[in-house]
Amino acid sequence: MTSTEVGNAAVTSDALDDEVMLRVEDLSVSFPTEDGVVQAVRGVSYEVKRGEVFAVVGESGCGKSVSSMALMGLLPKTARIEGRARYLDNDLLGRPDREVRGFRGSKLAMIFQDPMTSLNPVYTIGKQLAEAVLAHHRIAPKVAMERAIDMLDVVGIPQARKRAKSYPHEFSGGMRQRVMIAMAIINNPDVIIADEPTTALDVTVQAQILETLLEAKERVGAAIVLITHDLGVVAGMADRVGVMYAGRFVETGDVNEIFHATRMPYTAGLLGSIPDLDSEVAELTPIEGAPPSLINPPEGCKFMVRCPMARPACGESEPPLAPTDRPGHFSACKFSHELEGNQDTSEIFKPASVSGGAS
Amino acid sequence: MSEPLVEVSDLVKTFPIKGDGFLQRVVDQVQAVSGLSFDIAAGETLGLVGESGSGKSTAGRAILRLHEPTSGSIKFEGREVTELDSKAMQELRQRMQIVFQDPYASLNPKLPVNDIVGEPLVIHTKMNRKERERKVAQLLSDVGLQPEHGNRYPHEFSGGQRQRIGIARAIALDPDFVVLDEPVSALDVSVQAGVLNLLRRLQDERGMAYLFIAHDLSVVRHVSHRVAVMYLGKIVEIGERKALFQTSAHPYTRALMSAVPVADPHRERTRETITLEGDVPSPINPPSGCRFRTRCWRATDLCAAEAPELVEHTPGLLTACHHPIGPDEVVTRADTNSAVLAD
Repeated sequence: MTSTEVGNAAVTSDALDDEVMLRVEDLSVSFPTEDGVVQAVRGVSYEVKRGEVFAVVGESGCGKSVSSMALMGLLPKTARIEGRARYLDNDLLGRPDREVRGFRGSKLAMIFQDPMTSLNPVYTIGKQLAEAVLAHHRIAPKVAMERAIDMLDVVGIPQARKRAKSYPHEFSGGMRQRVMIAMAIINNPDVIIADEPTTALDVTVQAQILETLLEAKERVGAAIVLITHDLGVVAGMADRVGVMYAGRFVETGDVNEIFHATRMPYTAGLLGSIPDLDSEVAELTPIEGAPPSLINPPEGCKFMVRCPMARPACGESEPPLAPTDRPGHFSACKFSHELEGNQDTSEIFKPASVSGGAS
Repeated sequence: MSEPLVEVSDLVKTFPIKGDGFLQRVVDQVQAVSGLSFDIAAGETLGLVGESGSGKSTAGRAILRLHEPTSGSIKFEGREVTELDSKAMQELRQRMQIVFQDPYASLNPKLPVNDIVGEPLVIHTKMNRKERERKVAQLLSDVGLQPEHGNRYPHEFSGGQRQRIGIARAIALDPDFVVLDEPVSALDVSVQAGVLNLLRRLQDERGMAYLFIAHDLSVVRHVSHRVAVMYLGKIVEIGERKALFQTSAHPYTRALMSAVPVADPHRERTRETITLEGDVPSPINPPSGCRFRTRCWRATDLCAAEAPELVEHTPGLLTACHHPIGPDEVVTRADTNSAVLAD
């Protein structure tokens, strides 16, 4: 493995023998608009190893989806993409489509949020799955169809042979998302990018689909990049986590580190604002304000205006993602050391929690 | 205080399914709400929770007669609401309000916020402009917005702020009862918490009763005094929040609670979970007997033959189940997996 410059936002792990399947280096994406340039992603770096689940978590508009769409070549032509992304030894960005088409969709697969719009309503499920195989392999359509039926079986669709002849509208939301997982793994991918795979589903179905996704991952030995806004899903699925805010990672580390040794006020705020099903709290601790506009964002730390720990130094320059006191744990906060040894880091938001007039 | 503020009994709402043809003949009926009964006391929050298609939103709207109920009775302070003529209904609407889910669709984009929040005052009160302006400014500051921003338009506000505008409009006439239809599900968690705190504070200050409709159990737990769980148009369990969350006797409630992921990696990976098979069946043709039986690991022939009634199996809780789970009984994953589920 070459010791490539991973930029200041390195997400590394000790186990070097693990094969890195996907490495993203300093990825930036911007969109020119009438109002100015929207800097949707501003220097994102991470790597994912075989069999690993890396969760990208953040609120709406933080750039988590855009960063993955860039890898899959799914952004509109107006998007300006900079930085590097490598699948094994293959560059993914800045190359003509025909050169990367070979692994996009086969070695790199994607699962989208809305299974309703991701399937073609006028073809049968089986045909669409077979087509995914035929796009990458020179085999007989019959063989491809057999493969499609096998995959439907793998993702837990009962009577797969019969159901392969059904059309998407005959499937429920959960079943459709199973079909999307089948399509994602049908070519034995090395990397699966799952973009909010369960957001459109009910919780009882979500639990099934997440389980199916993990089983599918085990079966093909892929790495998963899981994009989500749901910290509960992250807690159950991820090995490592990157928390995104205003187009950048503001905290990265092992899942237990992120939840139990939080070193970034934003993450602490997110954790404090979730109502817990197992305990009763009188008052939640919201984060005041809203994320900044990504057209001409303010200087300095982008979270500063919402941060209870903010002070003048935060406005001088944007803090880089830097190592913390914990191994493998990075934070983009100049004062992350102040969170050390703090059991309930969301406490820092408490004084600011009473919004408009107290009761 | 003995009489409940809102009393719903046997509420039914069916929607016709029309054919594709020119005549649009009614080919079938969907019973979105099939016989709901519950009451809400003044100043109380009843959480109404269920998955998509459970009929929870339809129920909320039928109570306000935004959907005309098919049958059943709705009483507000003992007065039958379903029989009121339009004039009396308009009178009553001052006291019953609603906050919608989508803060982007529920505010008129062409009106400045002052007009949006002031509109109920124009319709229902004789306030002059000065009084109205003062009242709107007060309302905006009550919901945590700056009154100076009242001349801005909805698109200039974030999702959380828009939901606050919707709340200001709903409380403008000092209602006694507000239906909150998924008020925070379109919001990011960090913003959601602020809106939930606001709703709570407004209730403390004004003594309003809420019907809080949501699919998110942890949110419902956070805001409700009592909770009703709906499945395919029926209440399967209803009772005190504590009882429901700690000693639920209904397999569906237990499964629903178990399916909510916990934002704690250790707990999330070690806790006992119940994974239900399949999806919610179509409400056009619901299963016979107990509607949950097709996904239930405890289902027997009795469940197919007979619909269970709401009965008190655990104190403070009414449960509609032939095979209720005991308060101390722990459901393990093995239990739910061992049952082979027939279609």
